[in-house]
Amino acid sequence: MVNIQEKISALCPSATFEEGDKLTVTVAEKEWHALAKALKNELGYDMLTSVVGMDWKDSLGAVYYLTSTATWEMLAVKVAVSDREKPMIHTVSDIWGVANFQEREVYDFLGIEFINHPDMRRFFLRNDWVGYPLRKDYDADPEKNPIRLTAEVNEDDTYSLEEDENGNITRVDKKVFGDDDYVVNFGPQHPSTHGVMRLRTAINGEIIKKVDVMSGYIHRGIEKLCEGLTYPQTLFFTDRMDYMSAHQNRHCACMCVEKALGIEVPRRAQVIRVMMDELMRISSHLLSYGCLTMDMGATTAFFYGFREREDVLDIFEKTCGARMSLHYNVIGGVVADLHEDFQKDVKAFIPKMRKALKEYHKLYTGNVIARNRMIGVGELSKADAISYAVTGPSGRASGFACDARKHKPYSIYNELKFNEIVRENGDCYDRYLNRLDEIEESLKILEQLVDNIPEGEICAKVPKIIKLPAGRWYQEVEASRGVFGVYIESDGDKKPFRMHFQSPCFNLVGVMDNCCKGHMIADLITIGAALDYVIPDIDR
Amino acid sequence: MGVNIKSMKYEDFKDNEYIESLVAELKASGTNVMVGKLDELINWGRANSLWPLCFGTSCCAIEFMALGAARYDMARFGFEVARNSPRQADYIMVQGTIVHRMAPAVLRLYEQLAEPKYVIACGGCAVSGGPFKNSYCVLPGVDKILPVDVYMPGCPPRPEAMFYGLMQLQRKIKVQKFFGGANRQQKIKEFFASHPEDAKQM
Amino acid sequence: MFDFGIVTNWIDALLNSVMPGWLATCVEGVLVMVALLLLYSVLAMFYIFYERKLCGWIQCRLGPMRVGPWGLIQVFADVFKILIKELIALKNTDKFLFALAPYLVIIASMLVFANLPWGNGLQIIDFNIGVFFMIAASSIGVVGILLAGWSSNNKYALIGAMRSGAQMVSYELSIGISIMTMVLMTGTLSVTGIVEAQADGWLIFRGHLPAVVAFIIYLIAANAETNRGPFDMPEAEHELTAGYHTEYSGIHFGFFYLAEYLNLFIVSGIASLMFLGGWMPLHVPGWEGFNAVMDYIPSVVWFLGKAFFVSFLLIWIRWTYPRVRIDQMLALEWKYLMPFGLVNLVIMALCVTLGFHF
Repeated sequence: MVNIQEKISALCPSATFEEGDKLTVTVAEKEWHALAKALKNELGYDMLTSVVGMDWKDSLGAVYYLTSTATWEMLAVKVAVSDREKPMIHTVSDIWGVANFQEREVYDFLGIEFINHPDMRRFFLRNDWVGYPLRKDYDADPEKNPIRLTAEVNEDDTYSLEEDENGNITRVDKKVFGDDDYVVNFGPQHPSTHGVMRLRTAINGEIIKKVDVMSGYIHRGIEKLCEGLTYPQTLFFTDRMDYMSAHQNRHCACMCVEKALGIEVPRRAQVIRVMMDELMRISSHLLSYGCLTMDMGATTAFFYGFREREDVLDIFEKTCGARMSLHYNVIGGVVADLHEDFQKDVKAFIPKMRKALKEYHKLYTGNVIARNRMIGVGELSKADAISYAVTGPSGRASGFACDARKHKPYSIYNELKFNEIVRENGDCYDRYLNRLDEIEESLKILEQLVDNIPEGEICAKVPKIIKLPAGRWYQEVEASRGVFGVYIESDGDKKPFRMHFQSPCFNLVGVMDNCCKGHMIADLITIGAALDYVIPDIDR
Repeated sequence: MGVNIKSMKYEDFKDNEYIESLVAELKASGTNVMVGKLDELINWGRANSLWPLCFGTSCCAIEFMALGAARYDMARFGFEVARNSPRQADYIMVQGTIVHRMAPAVLRLYEQLAEPKYVIACGGCAVSGGPFKNSYCVLPGVDKILPVDVYMPGCPPRPEAMFYGLMQLQRKIKVQKFFGGANRQQKIKEFFASHPEDAKQM
Repeated sequence: MFDFGIVTNWIDALLNSVMPGWLATCVEGVLVMVALLLLYSVLAMFYIFYERKLCGWIQCRLGPMRVGPWGLIQVFADVFKILIKELIALKNTDKFLFALAPYLVIIASMLVFANLPWGNGLQIIDFNIGVFFMIAASSIGVVGILLAGWSSNNKYALIGAMRSGAQMVSYELSIGISIMTMVLMTGTLSVTGIVEAQADGWLIFRGHLPAVVAFIIYLIAANAETNRGPFDMPEAEHELTAGYHTEYSGIHFGFFYLAEYLNLFIVSGIASLMFLGGWMPLHVPGWEGFNAVMDYIPSVVWFLGKAFFVSFLLIWIRWTYPRVRIDQMLALEWKYLMPFGLVNLVIMALCVTLGFHF
């Protein structure tokens, strides 16, 4: 830690440091871009994990969380500007690819414009939206933003703020698509966008020239809602973002609060949490298998995936009382003890799932059409995967070993034996195989734990009213689709000052354009399904 | 008289009085035997051939997929021909939250459906905005923009609940009147009378 | 084998005896038309039910169960509904072509349908170029699909139609070549002639390997010709929502839907006529008793049974394989199926000349 402090001080003498959950560096806006470049190239912080737009009332700004993929050290960089009328920060989208969308999100929520950003459009909200909702002085008057039933106009218009050598900033208006582009619109209502994603695609015959991702068709303003709720209440939303990683997401949010409060979670609760996480992962990968096969036209395989998924849901239902929105984790542990049949059911499920996995491989993996459709389609290099912070099975298919369970072990994962599945080609086939193999690894974890659930408390003693001390915390878990992060900034109140969810799917859509270019329309569907993003997780 | 459907007993439904009152209202002026029987036949066809539009925004869509999958199998009722093009679908099941940006698209989808068309608000979010009711950009219920036929509460509703809701829709269809009621031609005329600009374009 | 020709000739004679010849022909025409339309719709409905049940079975489901016993009248409900569903008139479309397209598709399939011999003597007209006529008539369908895609003024529909055009034109070749292989063997273009040539043994057995290769090529190409999975790219539900019929509603869509299923019957019917002996019973040389028993089964049952069996194969393929991509589909045809088919044709010609076949 001290070592890094010294190095950063050498690069940027005016930086100030703050110890906390993660080392936080505060830099002036002017020095940020140069420092960012140095952080990436010289100090090895090659992954931009999260960009959290902040409104500190007296100033606006952003907290950048950087990760070094060699050491898995994390660093927070705080950049603030005091101008509330026209706040501007230099973009880092030229350094980390993922910053492109992340900064658009910050612009959308807080109105901070990014200098040199190639495409300053709103990301989640309509382009005729008035105001910036995450600002503390946002006027939520429904008169200002009534329900508009007309389509947005000027969807093609965008601009960027370009800075010349002398530091003069000029606004350059641009168009997303040229006049010659034949633009086909996929979504928001389309069977294969897995929800209400909208992909505007310029095609040349069947070949895709460019994909423009338009999101926000299910942006529900969760982060703003969280600011008005107490900590236990905010947990409610985690299950509804990536509903296929409900347990993991909620686990993450709970851990973040527990970390801030210094609560020790009982061993029994930890084991239960991990088992539930892995069951959730299996159910998610089964759904993903089903959707991928269905999108490629093999409807029958979909039914096979869902058949086994129902068994997992049965296990959930007995213990949690619900099939999908489970609300099982609470701060300090879990809400209810396991159902008496739990161990029996899990033990019965493991061999059944193994058998089913073989069947899946037989049904689909070896199919010549399926192989031709997936091998070599949508390739993503390792460098791109890191630059775009693509994690989860999709990132690992590109050779990027990024399993948070291995590299940043939380809960009891460091005691468990399982393999991190990494493949090298980065195409759809590898992503597909990774998912099936990860089911096997999850089964291994379940096998290790199912007979070793210790007796004891299921929930630690937690104060009735949870108030976090002032400070900021960031916690990550490996959700079904990648690394899920929760950022909490507290001012000492019982409600969070700012809560940010860093969803893995948000980064996954960022590579759609990279992956799809030069492929065909049919590949767009395959790539989307193989990346396996969940739209409500992107939009939050 | 009860409105019977094959899949569930009359007594097992919760809102029989409401359907009864609808039947009474329709029967008040009496019907011709021929027309009445034809109506019954048409309603039978419509009620038993409900083709959904694939439209899901969030969690409810996954439960809808489970509804179509092997364990629940909505194909048993003839609901399985899910159409992706709204022109060919019979009802739109709004599965999930509708936000401001989505609202025009949902309305447009509804307008693209061919008559007769029905709307089901599926899940807490579509019924009332659900947990996101207080958000700055969420519609407090899809009934703000669409005429909803059946509300299915739940977050998300279980597949069984979805079946119950679909059966309610079937019963509602069975008390419709095709002949003598408002028909399409008339509606078009009324529409153009109130929208002179559109009439010019046609 | 009972010859249905006796019945039809008797009806013809009866009509001619009570009315002048031209009127008799007219009445016969009307009768045939009514019978055809009835058969067409009944078969289409049967096929929809057949496929839904089969796909349910393949997917560990039950399929339609609630409407009627075992869901038998499910399809009737669908038909009632679709008949009175609204036909949406679209702005900025070519209204005439838009309305014409579904009729073209259904006319094409009906023309071919009318040409199939259902049993011994149960055929409307026996052309001497029947096979040629069938292939020619079936390609009218692609015009309908292209028109549908073009006149809808919808990008999905247009892409679907263009794909369909490329696909149909390509696979027509393979169908033609594989059928030609059989024509070569029997030496006639008349459908009845080909069936009658199989009295001693079905062509697929008599023709050695070339006939089996031709049958497989035919099955693949027929799947593509009917736009069914794994070649359902013109519709490609998950890419183009509904492809060329995206904008069609009500009975216009119903026509496309019916034609799709009827085409399935037609290609299976042609397969059974060309390769599996049509309405000819299964005869094994030497087994006199067996052959006599087989002869008692009516020819219509033989024909339908074989057609349903081939349809079963096609449905099985459809629900098993994922969809191919457009470039892979074209590569499959032009790089593999067509050259193989041509070589196969040459081998068959050699076989016929040298008298190698049975």
